[in-house]
Amino acid sequence: MLFSKPQYRVMGDRALLVELGDDINIKVNNKVRELFVSIKADPLEGVVETIPSYRSLLLIYDPLKTTLSLLQDRVHLLLKTLDPSQLPQPRRVKIPVVYGSEYGPDLEWVAGYHGISPYEVIRLHTEHTYHVYMIGFMPGFPYMGELPETLITPRRETPRTVVPRGSVALAQGQTGIYSTQSPGGWQIIGRTPLTLFDPGKWPPALLEMGDRVKFFAIDEKEIADWEQ
Amino acid sequence: MGTVEALEILAPGPLTTVQDRGRFGFGQYGVPPSGAVDSFSFRVGNLLVGNKEDEASLEITIIGPKIVALIDTLIAITGADLQPKVNKTPLEMWRSHFLKKGDVLSFKGPKSGCRAYLSIGGGISVQTIMGSKSTNLAAQFGGLEGRSLRKGDIISSDSPARHLKAVGRSLDKALIPSYPKNQTLRVISGPQDDHFSAKAKEIFLGSPFQLTPQSDRTGIRLAGPHIEAKKNLDKSIISEGVMPGTIQIPGDAQPIIILGETVTGGYRKVATVISADLPLLGQLKPGDTVNFRKVSTDEAYKTVQGWSINI
Repeated sequence: MLFSKPQYRVMGDRALLVELGDDINIKVNNKVRELFVSIKADPLEGVVETIPSYRSLLLIYDPLKTTLSLLQDRVHLLLKTLDPSQLPQPRRVKIPVVYGSEYGPDLEWVAGYHGISPYEVIRLHTEHTYHVYMIGFMPGFPYMGELPETLITPRRETPRTVVPRGSVALAQGQTGIYSTQSPGGWQIIGRTPLTLFDPGKWPPALLEMGDRVKFFAIDEKEIADWEQ
Repeated sequence: MGTVEALEILAPGPLTTVQDRGRFGFGQYGVPPSGAVDSFSFRVGNLLVGNKEDEASLEITIIGPKIVALIDTLIAITGADLQPKVNKTPLEMWRSHFLKKGDVLSFKGPKSGCRAYLSIGGGISVQTIMGSKSTNLAAQFGGLEGRSLRKGDIISSDSPARHLKAVGRSLDKALIPSYPKNQTLRVISGPQDDHFSAKAKEIFLGSPFQLTPQSDRTGIRLAGPHIEAKKNLDKSIISEGVMPGTIQIPGDAQPIIILGETVTGGYRKVATVISADLPLLGQLKPGDTVNFRKVSTDEAYKTVQGWSINI
């Protein structure tokens, strides 16, 4: 639910957490995006880093240039004057995925958990359009939702020590893509040949908050066609 | 004169990386700051060799590397005392020294602290990526090919000869920090201190915690009494932005102090270390103990204002 008034939380002497709602919800997330886009376009005095997430915006500031109370006043004012019509339209991005086999080692398990066929998991996963709530955990990793109810799956009991880059995964109501190789506990159902994070490019991440994402299945033989 | 090959790594040590002040402004892409964990020692090192204070240097972890000078150059070593020496002579820390072509810099072993900084007059010539030369080990970019140094690596520097005149600069002895094995870190409550009972917070502020060997550049992992969140709360919170110094309490009720290698996290955070004490985090090593002391935001602001360095 969207809060009628933002809730402020203090994170040390150089960060202010601005909470705009209490759950994972597109309305709340869009409000975070509005505030984020507005601050990026017209930076607040003393703010050195702005990290948007599901329901809050973290403002990291230089305490020699501004203070908590000053910043709170500025944010409060800004929230009153936000104009949603100024917000850029979400981009629509299609992402190819090789589902199952070595690319999606948990596809069978996920299917079994829900009592449906692997084919049905793929159909459901590709049928929906997902909202990118935030990028985090690692550079370029998109947190996307909501999964259709039939695909809501718990994390793995034992996280893997190595999850390959490009792995498409599920956890609770969310789906995500491992942008770099790392340890991880999400259920891996496939892999995309697209590069999610490239530090040499601008912007460095393929996806950003607010994007609308749709997956489509490709064959193993088509991987080379998509590799950049 | 431009970029010249200045140093060659004969032995790298377990974890030696190129770091500068850090990478800021890309949090929305999940890009963390990285950067020198002990920003005080890092900055002083640069000033001693006549660099800008945010120029990249080598962050050395516990066990020092062995390095040969390929040209005449100016260096300074700050931070942890790993007992540096040049050829066979001990090298005074917190002072800039002239290194002659062919001189070998090595380290006898750790005496106090965890991370030493090797600054070179002229800095380190590597590509600046998203405004920083810092190494991001997890995503493998920045620094030298996004990795820790290896035997045979060459460190290049920009016009090192221009910096030689800064030789002999030193930090006022009274300002040289010491790194005792027990540290008290000042914290501000929050952002989720309301998720913990008064009793849990009392335990947090009243008990020593020991650093575990699992501590690294991503976080300082502590072992001590359990800090339990209030009953009826979920195991984790909805992921949100985090910053270095934030103390999160995961499911095992053992605190982790976040460092600069992540921008988001899904665990509740009981308190946050104040800016003035962040450099100390870089010098804590496994086995050391910490206590936490609560201060107000206003008290913390006062410590920030007293930050200027006298050299």
